[in-house]
Amino acid sequence: MIRELVVVSGKGGTGKTSITAAFACLAQNGVLCDADVDAADLHLLMAPLVRKKTDFLGGCQAEIRLDDCIGCGKCRDLCHFDAISKDYVVDPISCEGCGVCVDLCPEQAIDFPVKKCGEWFISDTRYGPMVHARLGIAEENSGKLVSLVRQETRKLAEDRGYELILTDGPPGIGCPVIASIGGATALAIIVEPTVSGLHDMQRVAELAAHFKVPGLVCVNKFDLNLAMTEKIEAYGLTRNMQLLGRIPFDPAFIKAMIEGKNILEHAPESPAAVAIGEIWQKVLSFPAMNSMGIRNFSATIQ
Amino acid sequence: MIISIASGKGGTGKTTVATNLALSLGSHTRFLDCDVEEPNAHLFLAPELIETEAVHTAIPVIDNQLCTGCKKCSEICRFRALTVVGKKVLVFPELCHSCGGCMVVCPEGAVQSGERQLGTIDMGYCAELGFVQGRLRVGEAMSPPLIKKVRTHQNSKGITIIDAPPGTSCPVIAAMKGSDFVVLVTEPTPFGLHDLQLAVEAVKVLGIPSGVIINRSDMGDDGVLDYAKQEGVPVLLTIPFDRKIAEAYSCGTPIVEIMPEWREVFRALYRRIEDLVHGGGQIQ
Repeated sequence: MIRELVVVSGKGGTGKTSITAAFACLAQNGVLCDADVDAADLHLLMAPLVRKKTDFLGGCQAEIRLDDCIGCGKCRDLCHFDAISKDYVVDPISCEGCGVCVDLCPEQAIDFPVKKCGEWFISDTRYGPMVHARLGIAEENSGKLVSLVRQETRKLAEDRGYELILTDGPPGIGCPVIASIGGATALAIIVEPTVSGLHDMQRVAELAAHFKVPGLVCVNKFDLNLAMTEKIEAYGLTRNMQLLGRIPFDPAFIKAMIEGKNILEHAPESPAAVAIGEIWQKVLSFPAMNSMGIRNFSATIQ
Repeated sequence: MIISIASGKGGTGKTTVATNLALSLGSHTRFLDCDVEEPNAHLFLAPELIETEAVHTAIPVIDNQLCTGCKKCSEICRFRALTVVGKKVLVFPELCHSCGGCMVVCPEGAVQSGERQLGTIDMGYCAELGFVQGRLRVGEAMSPPLIKKVRTHQNSKGITIIDAPPGTSCPVIAAMKGSDFVVLVTEPTPFGLHDLQLAVEAVKVLGIPSGVIINRSDMGDDGVLDYAKQEGVPVLLTIPFDRKIAEAYSCGTPIVEIMPEWREVFRALYRRIEDLVHGGGQIQ
């Protein structure tokens, strides 16, 4: 039974990727998945060797053939996204790909080609296979690409007999996050002890409660504000989340990153590395992560 | 003057820069929090909210008395928000992008306009500073339409400071589009550099002049500085790591409140941006 731990945070920059990379080094028989397709960074610590590269075809985009256009203005009236200029040129950034102008142009003068919105990769790393992606600049459909990357990771795990998936999630609570947490075995929420960290974690916990996913809370840089750390943990408990532990503020994370390593490789004796080791043991002993894959709905975020 | 504060990577200090800059400029300034998934600026500005409005988007509602099950509505919908089962139309409101196609093509006038709530917009003041924020409804996937709505509140005469969401995809584009200048806040680490490169590309797509602020500038390497030099993107400000700033941030206290000398730093930042915008607008 495959289990998938998805690492999220609400707020950006709390340490999701650094911690996921450290987990990867502790996990055995695992597959890595970078679901932060918008600003993917996990590859910077994993040095993946790309084995397979595939184009990601997102939505379509309207293109007016000016030779056939009679300038009747119907498309401009129909477009709800103000994507068509007075001289009938479609702005690719504003075009939503709804195709209404394409279908209803009286001259059928609008093409609707499929757009390449990014690429996704299957790679090998020193800790096992990794599935990751790159969304094109200013592109849409990030949720769709996240779903694709997660599906492909699961397929790979099934085919090759892996039992654990570690997914590095995106920040926020919008479409890529929704696509990241549906069907996860458990969420690890990495929080920093700040007013923003708490506020954003509350929003992501609320979202996770909709999906009935169990949640685990880990406070990173806890010593920057101990009172806030306690507040975050107390909040986690009220929402039926389990506490994973605390990681101290440690500049070694940045030094490790500069070397392209995770903190366990860079400074295995550091207090932060030791804390992560203990946290990983807690993740494994968490009932929802049992190898039988038995889902316990009383353990979900409430 | 509309200035967007953005960054590819999250947690680099966008909100810190945006709130402190706005507080240093004071009157004639309006603050728009366009990070609608996780709006945080209010935690630092503590604005007095005067008004909250719900923001909706149009979705189809089927009048079953009029519907003949002809499937025209489901055929035009690229987002699979409408399906016809037998003779009955099923609507999946959360998939709807509000393009209006189904309403236009229905020959019976059976597709009527309903609504789905995207979130709320809060408006208020923080002393002389105008404050507007969007707040995405938890469970709502589409933030760009709400961000566009927040943008309609920008200050036509004075200064508008926009706190943008992280990343480089559609929500960020909706937040930055049409601004006069983009400040990219980053940190001098490999993650910071990688995501800054993506953000610079995104700003180029929009054709907006930009500059970089390096936060926690003494915690990392020279990668970001070298990149900025090579790309010709000006470094507007460097903010060294200071535990005092980090601790104040953790409690929701703006830098300019504990260290008033920073007001002048942020005012100088604004003057520099003004020069860059009026000095031809190109990236120097």
